[in-house]
Amino acid sequence: MRRLRTPPWLERQRYLLDFTLSSLGRRRGRNLALLALYALVVFMLASVLMFTQALRGEALRILEGAPDVVVQRMVAGRHDLIPGDRVEQLSRVRGVQEARGRLWGYYYDTYTQANFTFLVPDRFWGKPGEVVIGEGVARARFAQPGDPFPMQAADGSVEILEVRETIAASSALVSSDLVLLSEADFRHLFSVPRDLYTDIALTVPNGKEVPMVAAKIRGQMPDTRPITHAEIARTYEAILDWRSGLAVLVLASAVLSFGIVAWDKASGLSADERREIGILKAIGWDTTEVLAVKAWEGAVISLSAFLVGLLLAYAHVFVARAPLLAPVLKGWSVLYPDFRLTPTGSPFLVATLFLLTVVPYTVATVVPAWRAATADPDAVMRS
Amino acid sequence: MRQSDRFLLFLLGVLALLGAARLHALQRGRERSEEVGAMTSMARRLGLTDLCVFTDARYTRHPSQADRFAPFQDHPTSLEHFPSGSLVPPP
Repeated sequence: MRRLRTPPWLERQRYLLDFTLSSLGRRRGRNLALLALYALVVFMLASVLMFTQALRGEALRILEGAPDVVVQRMVAGRHDLIPGDRVEQLSRVRGVQEARGRLWGYYYDTYTQANFTFLVPDRFWGKPGEVVIGEGVARARFAQPGDPFPMQAADGSVEILEVRETIAASSALVSSDLVLLSEADFRHLFSVPRDLYTDIALTVPNGKEVPMVAAKIRGQMPDTRPITHAEIARTYEAILDWRSGLAVLVLASAVLSFGIVAWDKASGLSADERREIGILKAIGWDTTEVLAVKAWEGAVISLSAFLVGLLLAYAHVFVARAPLLAPVLKGWSVLYPDFRLTPTGSPFLVATLFLLTVVPYTVATVVPAWRAATADPDAVMRS
Repeated sequence: MRQSDRFLLFLLGVLALLGAARLHALQRGRERSEEVGAMTSMARRLGLTDLCVFTDARYTRHPSQADRFAPFQDHPTSLEHFPSGSLVPPP
């Protein structure tokens, strides 16, 4: 039986790889430390990019359900309650199918020191005196269906509402801090007069007409600020873009770290490395072989660190739910939704990370080696 | 075993794990798709405009609804002081 022979070119590369690995093994401690640090930088960068990209993807999909236009009233540069007669006026604007006054607001809960969002649904399915709460509110208040839900009204009195149900934890990303209640309870608790709303949501069936509708509203009601669906989406794109605060911070640290490594490499080889190159040249290796060994060296370290960092980042973000990013994202929030994100493995993200990490390091390894390998072996060993 | 073989085995192992991660992503994506669909219809039903990620300040809870002055409402020149402000810049 004939044995399958490895092509000579491949066999040659395997010998070069063997030599590279034993050469790396001679400086084991230094190279392992470099590998660990390198993998850590890739892990941090990949974690942040994967998290923000996944959250952005979900935000854009979820907010497809957001109102087409929200009209706020501005008084002296601040958001103010809007009179109910505007609902009727806005529903008459051409292109608008429906205008609906929304009632919502914030409540600082002194028991839990958390901020809740109170909202009146269009058709609240509970009775007056009942509330439907998000999983974060239930967690903070230790509340279950049937439990009392005391809260302080605007006039200082304490009102005891009752928890009707809790919203499923699977939708925590939009509902964790929500408290849904009837219109009568909302108006009573926050002392909101009968004909005032927080803002007005418009339904515009033809998406192409939205900018025109917004422009008309600005013209007819100069004291209002229409916020279109596209602007809502743009807000989330901007927050969770690679230019956003956290991503830019980590990206800058990673680029600086690679800058330092590359500069250190490019500024010259250690005496040991130079002697090694000199000896290889003296015993008959040619420049291309020395360069191939150095290219393998860069590739072994950077590829290993890249793959390990990428794998750990995936496990961190999508299996362990990003525990290292949570303290940064929580900030001073008392309520933080417990959510799982849809994993993203976009080839663009992997290619970006590869170009940012593997390519510069490999190039930075080869350039100084090329300088040493093209010099006279005797001079290299003596220097 | 040659060192190059050991390194190639290591690479294959990591690539196999990354392949498993890809399968995990596809499966989780299918599971999560239903949950995301439910959240989209909840947003439509309740008229929600924002995600509930940062609940520490009004402008971080509803960044799309906050006005330009929201982070500075205590004083016109005061510095905004919530940690999430580093993630959610003034609109």
